[in-house]
Amino acid sequence: MLKANQQKIKELRLQAEKIRRKVVEIVYASKGGHIGGSLSSVDIETALYFHVMNIDPKNPNMENRDRFILSKGHSVEALYSVLAAKGFIEDSLLDTYGQFNSKLAGHPTKKTPGIELNSGALGHGLSVGIGMAMAAKMDQKTYKTYVLMGDGEQGEGSIYEAAMSGSHYKLDNLVAIIDRNKLQISGKTEDVMSLEPMRGRWEAFGWEVMDMEGNDMKDIVKTFENMDYGNGKPKLIIAHTTKGCGISYMEKIAKWHHGVPNNDQFNLAITEIKAKIKSLNEE
Amino acid sequence: MSTENKNTIPCRKMFTDTLVELAKKDRDIVAVTTDARGSVTLDTFANELPDQFVELGIAEQNAVGVAAGLVSAGKKAFVCGPACFYVARSLEQVKVDLAYSANSVKILGVSGGVSYGALGFSHHSLHDIAVLRTFPGMHIVLPCDIRQTKKLVEELVDYPFPVYIRVGRNAVPNVYEDETMEFKIGKANLLLDGNDLTIIGTGETVYHCLQAGKRLHEQGIKARVIDMHTLKPFDREIVEKAARETGKIITVEEHSIFGGLGGSVAEIVAQSTPVPMRILGIPDENSIHGTPLEIFKYYGIDADGIFKTAISLCNE
Repeated sequence: MLKANQQKIKELRLQAEKIRRKVVEIVYASKGGHIGGSLSSVDIETALYFHVMNIDPKNPNMENRDRFILSKGHSVEALYSVLAAKGFIEDSLLDTYGQFNSKLAGHPTKKTPGIELNSGALGHGLSVGIGMAMAAKMDQKTYKTYVLMGDGEQGEGSIYEAAMSGSHYKLDNLVAIIDRNKLQISGKTEDVMSLEPMRGRWEAFGWEVMDMEGNDMKDIVKTFENMDYGNGKPKLIIAHTTKGCGISYMEKIAKWHHGVPNNDQFNLAITEIKAKIKSLNEE
Repeated sequence: MSTENKNTIPCRKMFTDTLVELAKKDRDIVAVTTDARGSVTLDTFANELPDQFVELGIAEQNAVGVAAGLVSAGKKAFVCGPACFYVARSLEQVKVDLAYSANSVKILGVSGGVSYGALGFSHHSLHDIAVLRTFPGMHIVLPCDIRQTKKLVEELVDYPFPVYIRVGRNAVPNVYEDETMEFKIGKANLLLDGNDLTIIGTGETVYHCLQAGKRLHEQGIKARVIDMHTLKPFDREIVEKAARETGKIITVEEHSIFGGLGGSVAEIVAQSTPVPMRILGIPDENSIHGTPLEIFKYYGIDADGIFKTAISLCNE
């Protein structure tokens, strides 16, 4: 990937806000979804799809494409909105989200071009990502595999089976990201089940661990641009994010894990995003 | 057990020997295991093709997920280990990463059923057919002898669906006398013809069904014997024909009497051609410990037990 200059970072920020707006719109229209974790992960997915990954929406099954797995499959509204913005699917398809027999299910499925795995059951994505990264090594291919997990998801034991194998096989072409918004459905992650010290745990499993401000485009871009894909270690990014990021009344509140805005809340959310877009345009 | 039939090669060994030969010519074939290379008989594969062999330690969930990723990236992955763990510990991975996500991983479940007889119920896998047949897109095959196993492996390499294969631990007598028999996933084989009743077996019970069928013929009862090696997709046609033409059916399986071969046959027969049936298998209890043959005898799924049930059904 080419290094992003200031203009590129501004474009990515604007893109992320447009996607954020789409997320709010489809959750509002369908009266369902997982808005909090979608909003916390929008900036990461925008950076991956619009800057980091080697992908082609016209050729979604391109052999040497980079792979992305949304292991926290419930945050699918962000992924669908990113895929539409990137051109993998028609914008009009987003309007069917939540409707009877829509191609867009409430968790990702391979029916949607650009999606690699039917996810939704937590704790699965990293193992599948390891298989993909391993296949790339076997075939001497250069593609990279990115797996986005939730922080609440870290309670699943299967993740640590996968973690062991990632370092055992020295999969430096694999990047796992934890959307560390510190909230899960029942409340604070540390109250539900302690996840700290997260860095120490993953380092103990032999991974190269990086901290990243997951809602700061500049830091996201810098983290991926500086990634060493040849050091023999799988990467784990702890992406420090805000659940409900970008909508004032949703931020850091657990009930917005799968809350649906009412009419007034929807209007306020759109107003806030529009203001953000305006201020970015004026920068 | 017939004394003239002295096969000494377990089906798992035939499976892996065949796989090694195919994998030497096809670099995309990958064997994945979970500290089970000995019990599966994968040592030769691991030694001769280390670049196509993936050891994941005792971690079945990860193994199935990793295999899904390998297949998704163009590999032909065979996950091999004890049947009892793959269809319990890693069941959600089989459901979501293989069946739902249409990743055509092949799972070789070795030492299935009551093969680990003396090790107890934790190591028995008597629920696998019932559970897996409810997953759309999942296919299930229980070969009955080494010749069929060899043909199965050859078909599996490029088979476009996820498949669960269950074989036993010990060598079993040959059912098929030579290599010329037909084998196709989803198409059951007629082993013995007759119109008085039908005996349908799967996996290791097929041999016992055939022995019982031959004895019945000697007694003047013309038993039809069917090898239902594929539990899904199920050969509906051969069952309906058997019901119509023979009027009585006995099913025999090394599996719970709930939801397996007997359940599959009963679902068809009850809705199209109702006939009297007997479902022989392991009842709703923690199966007794012993050698597989002792257990087969105890539950009446050996040749003697099947013969007695057939006589009783014919006398009703």
